[in-house]
Amino acid sequence: MVELADLKTVGQPNWCPGCGNFPIWHSLKKAIVELNLKTHNVAIFSGIGCSSKMPHWVNTYGFHSIHGRPLPIATGARLANNSLTVVAVGGDGDGYGIGVGHFVHAMRRNLNIAYIVTNNQVYGLTTGQTSPTSDKGYATKSTPTGVIEMPINPIALAIASGATYISRGFSKEMKHLTKLIVDGVRHNGFALVDVLQPCVTFNRKNTYKWFSERVYKLEETNHDTTNKQAAFLKSLEWNDHIPIGLFYKEIRPTYEDELQQIAETPLARQKIEDINIGTLMTEFE
Amino acid sequence: MGVGGLSWKIGGGAGYGIMTTGFIFSKVCSRAGLHVFDHIEYPSLIRGGHNTYQVIAKVEEVFSHLKKVDLLVALNRETIDRHEDELVLGGAILYDGDKISLIEEDLGRKDVRLYNVPLLRLAEESGGRRIMMNSVALGASVALIGFDFARISSVMRDVFQGKARDTIDFNIKAAKLGYDYVKCKAIEKDFRRELPEVDGKKRMLLTGNEAVGLGAVKAGCKFYSAYPMTPSSSILHFMAAQERSFGMVVKHTEDEIAAINMAIGAGFAGARAMTATSGGGFSLMSEALGLAAITETPIVVVVCQRPGPSTGLPTRTEQGDLKFILHASQGDFPRFVIAPGDVEECFYRTIEAFNLAEKYQCPVILLLDKYLSESHKTAEKFEVSEIKIERGSLLNDEELEKIGEFKRYEFTETGISPRAIPSQEGGIFTATGNEHDETGYLSEDKTVRTRMMDKRFRKFEQAKKEVPEPELFGPQDAEVTIIAWGSTKGPIKEAIRLLAHDEIRTNFLQIVYLNPFPADIISRTIDTSKKTVVVENNKTAQLANLIREKTGKEVEHKILKYDGRQFFPTEICQMIREVMYNG
Ligand SMILES: Cc1ncc(C[n+]2csc(CCOP(=O)(O)OP(=O)(O)O)c2C)c(N)n1
Repeated sequence: MVELADLKTVGQPNWCPGCGNFPIWHSLKKAIVELNLKTHNVAIFSGIGCSSKMPHWVNTYGFHSIHGRPLPIATGARLANNSLTVVAVGGDGDGYGIGVGHFVHAMRRNLNIAYIVTNNQVYGLTTGQTSPTSDKGYATKSTPTGVIEMPINPIALAIASGATYISRGFSKEMKHLTKLIVDGVRHNGFALVDVLQPCVTFNRKNTYKWFSERVYKLEETNHDTTNKQAAFLKSLEWNDHIPIGLFYKEIRPTYEDELQQIAETPLARQKIEDINIGTLMTEFE
Repeated sequence: MGVGGLSWKIGGGAGYGIMTTGFIFSKVCSRAGLHVFDHIEYPSLIRGGHNTYQVIAKVEEVFSHLKKVDLLVALNRETIDRHEDELVLGGAILYDGDKISLIEEDLGRKDVRLYNVPLLRLAEESGGRRIMMNSVALGASVALIGFDFARISSVMRDVFQGKARDTIDFNIKAAKLGYDYVKCKAIEKDFRRELPEVDGKKRMLLTGNEAVGLGAVKAGCKFYSAYPMTPSSSILHFMAAQERSFGMVVKHTEDEIAAINMAIGAGFAGARAMTATSGGGFSLMSEALGLAAITETPIVVVVCQRPGPSTGLPTRTEQGDLKFILHASQGDFPRFVIAPGDVEECFYRTIEAFNLAEKYQCPVILLLDKYLSESHKTAEKFEVSEIKIERGSLLNDEELEKIGEFKRYEFTETGISPRAIPSQEGGIFTATGNEHDETGYLSEDKTVRTRMMDKRFRKFEQAKKEVPEPELFGPQDAEVTIIAWGSTKGPIKEAIRLLAHDEIRTNFLQIVYLNPFPADIISRTIDTSKKTVVVENNKTAQLANLIREKTGKEVEHKILKYDGRQFFPTEICQMIREVMYNG
């Protein structure tokens, strides 16, 4: 049995007091415990940002990489060893900004990866510039007169891109978030858990209070999570009412499922000594 | 080319099937037991433009393409206008007089033989499509060199494998009509350049890229990710075709950034991983290269150079990326840079690259260029019995269990730390692009930083002792010593052969490992040589600059070419003569 204590590492998170990343971190650990995963069979991949430091504080295999690239790295690792439980974590700048290309492609591939995006609608680590999800008009250091563009809608993007588990959590709703992560990791396919993560230092608008007044749980409505159109309509809700929970879920073969070469033994565990290329060489005669 | 050899060139617009025709001719010669080198030139477009395919076939080994042509097969007028001057004295042009009106006076010379073969009419007669002119020309060419027709039909069947029966049959028929036409008119009696068939030895005919692919398969590459970019794409095609038979996962990614990062992820997870690209794609990969280095993740990156900057001349050749490859990415870190010079080296060095990547837990870059990547050469079957797979300090499950406290980045005497992969119990660590302590945990401590940098570079001190020294080809007491790297090896070897006829004794120091750099040997060679010269396919003599940087010595003479084409051996000869007599 895995316990929370097993997930402790030498360090402690250095996020700002009250940072919305703490509850996400706790929820991830709780999910690992609840799923009773062997710590050495879990690998957590992240990019760069405040939130991307998370792998250092969860005692599993980890890869804290470069800005925007956790998904390709996780993809390579998952394809190299499809017995691993692969989780990716990163900020909205990381995933929806610099890494948005990978985000879209990872979803259409439907790899068995759970991707948690700590969406604080600003760039935290670089001290509060606008992010791809900042609300229109929001003023930051890099947009002193307010953001001109429309924000990216990650849920709608995920629906359009073919992700098979699409959800949104809220840092303040830890139990709810833990369940989303548990189900996302359990889901055989690409699972997005976008998390409303208040940045207490740089986001003066989208605060705990702001969200608390607006969020409601999809489970408490009659939302049909198998209905893509309904999910899309729900994804458009913002400002007055913000849905959290599972938007959409679908069972579709994963990318890995279609690869017969890893059906029995993961690549990383295949023998590479004495590979016979005799016949292959003959083909060049 | 004289007895026992032929230089054949076919030219026409893109869409004429020049590549396939040339390759079939190449393979016919190779299967007849001859040594072959072939070489393609084409612009970056799918229809139109001007494509050529040259095949050099000889009884003795042939190392490069040649300027001179014995038989020019012209599928259009442009081929004649562009290449007429390449014909040897008494060389021949095979063309279709119904399509191209050509009289002797059109040519600036009287010695050229004109063989008018109705390519189009015979193609139509065969019942196939007009494009099968190329097969008619192929049949005619093979008749001219005196081979049995059966040689073409068997190669055609193999090359067209998987195509519709009709297509194969029509092509063979078209070739037969061309073949018979030549025989019937006894044109081969006029050409008098029959090639000997020296059956017996079966050789492979393959490109540098295919040799890299073969090497990767043999080395146990399990994961290959790439984004198509000429001239690296044929590695992707080769690997993709082998994916299932050799249990690999081959991924055409969304871009080069994904390609290298996926390879890093796979390397981290314990699968031997490779990616390939050209300079433009490598530019996109450069940030991740530094990530592989600081996380000490083994990866192999193949860079098939083409002329830049930006899109440059996408289908031509150049050695312009050496300095870039040596320095790409942020910060200081060790990397291997290996430049094979021919198909054999492409194979063996690729295997070596995978071993070095795992032994030293760092990125290894293989540096090719279009000329090496896409030219076919005959080669003996590779000797595989001695090949070893060396995984360095990758711990197995038992070793990991015994080790007690595992520190992924442990400070060791050699700088090489024990390595575990996800799924191994007791090996848990986090790889990070940030500086870190021995366990992998984040650290910006100044002592840790210094010690980690030193540790990573200490690995390389170790590596220097292992990598093979550069080879010196040719006589010890040469009058001229050439120093060069990569694909110029072939033309240089041919040039040395030619220079020997002029009694100019030349030798050649081939630098295969550009990092770690064999500064001592080069320095000694410069000191002990009468005249030194670099031969480089770039504008700024990048190797010569590197030599100056690492040895403080200047290579006296520089033979440079940067028009997007490889050196002809005769060009090197001429410039060496200038060095000898004027330099
Ligand atoms: C290639 C590159 N560009 C820029 C940066 C600087 N940078 C570090 S984190 C970051 C954005 C962080 O925002 P986000 O991903 O939303 O994460 P957060 O810090 O808010 O958790 C940027 C731009 C970098 N490290 N690498």
